[in-house]
Amino acid sequence: MTNPTEYLPKSYHVRLSTYWWLTRWPYLKFILREGSAVFVAWAVIVTLLQIHALTLGPADYAEFQNWLRNPLVLALNLVSLLFIIFHAVTWFNLAPKAMAVRLHGKRLPNLAIAAPNYVAWAVVSAAVAWILLRG
Amino acid sequence: MHKRSNEPFLWLLFSAGGVVSAMLLPIHLLLFGLAFPLGWLDGPGYEKLLDIVRHPVTRVYLFVLCSLPLFHWAHRFRFTLYDGLQIKHLNELINILCYGGAVLGTVLAAYLLWSIP
Amino acid sequence: MANRITLDVTRYNPARDEKPQLESFEVPLRKEWVVLDALNYIKDHLDGSLTFRWSCRMGVCGSCGMTVNGVPKLTCATFLSDYAPGPVRIEPMKNFPVLRDLVVDTSDFLVKLAKSKPWIVRKVEKPLDEEYFQTPEQLEAYKQFSMCINCMLCYAACPVYGLDPLFSGPAAIALAQRYNLDSRDQGASERMDILSQHDGIWGCTFVGECTQVCPKKVDPAGAIQQYKLTATMEWVKSLVLPRGAE
Repeated sequence: MTNPTEYLPKSYHVRLSTYWWLTRWPYLKFILREGSAVFVAWAVIVTLLQIHALTLGPADYAEFQNWLRNPLVLALNLVSLLFIIFHAVTWFNLAPKAMAVRLHGKRLPNLAIAAPNYVAWAVVSAAVAWILLRG
Repeated sequence: MHKRSNEPFLWLLFSAGGVVSAMLLPIHLLLFGLAFPLGWLDGPGYEKLLDIVRHPVTRVYLFVLCSLPLFHWAHRFRFTLYDGLQIKHLNELINILCYGGAVLGTVLAAYLLWSIP
Repeated sequence: MANRITLDVTRYNPARDEKPQLESFEVPLRKEWVVLDALNYIKDHLDGSLTFRWSCRMGVCGSCGMTVNGVPKLTCATFLSDYAPGPVRIEPMKNFPVLRDLVVDTSDFLVKLAKSKPWIVRKVEKPLDEEYFQTPEQLEAYKQFSMCINCMLCYAACPVYGLDPLFSGPAAIALAQRYNLDSRDQGASERMDILSQHDGIWGCTFVGECTQVCPKKVDPAGAIQQYKLTATMEWVKSLVLPRGAE
């Protein structure tokens, strides 16, 4: 169809705009969701920096703690946390779509798969917090 | 007939990374990135934290925590760039930068966790 | 409610125009009208040269897909009054070449659909006097994916298809799944060879818009993610078990 013939005049090919993701909210939400991966990587980098500081000694670790208190770093970490929570919520809500679990022939509702994920999230978070806070 | 793609391997890493990022990164970033530095909660001191971290189980946990989310990032970022840039030769570069970056981070994590006193 | 509404409709005559342009028409706003009624009103009373596809006018043939205010819709299933006071922008479906006015060239979809082998594949055919039995549970396993009317709204909504013309697309993959999950079919392995590729299921980034716009609730996004999971399990099996043990 891209080659015009006597009976088939040329067709018009619409190029998808570079800003296609700004044209509709669902597309923007998708790009934000994919963008959360960058903040996931940042969280790993912070963790690696922390482990490194821990290895070097109490003075270096204290310096690292100070760096964490820098307003720019705090702001970045706050934004990262929001994006990572956004990742978690979209992840748990989408996971059921990949699994067609059938009980007695009827498909389980999405919540039946999503809910245990949320519960596990809460339990695991509480466990980590307990280990770190029990002093 | 076509040979099936090896993409499933990368998708598995992406999925595992997605689960680890979703389950564990929020609480880690909340505590170490905000709550402890801002003094909302009392974190473990240097000695206590070092004690927890040097335990072999914690080292394995931290290795998983640092490695898999990087592969999650690599896969997602690769597709975001691919759909955005879309040029054949850049695809190879994108793959190398993304998965290479994840491998680099993994090696770094292994080295750091191995070297804890 | 006002009794008139303006429609901004894409016009494109390939013999005459450089590119498509919007043309405004004022039509009656009747409570029970759908967008297709308004288009037919234009063709009957205002401009007979307006060209668009439609057939059943009841949402089962898949002919009347267009972009209404930026969203892929079946014009026979979209109420005009939902857009009051207007104006309503009506454009051809996105991601397909435009042939004339609101008509697009869908041959790419047909090629991709054929690639999915959307028919029962048998290693051994049953003799003609033996029927296939299928329980309600077995039907349930694939029924949702069989509801596809090939309207291609999912392709219009899919940014991956828009960005990568080689991508097989939501409907073609969902229909492959429809047959993979059919108890009468033995072609899952063949389809897996064809679709477990970057231009098949692995091109999908789960945007999910295909499922949102589907008028028959097929959930192609779900079909593709399930297919990815199946492909991954098959891949793991092929590592652990010898290929011959299929």
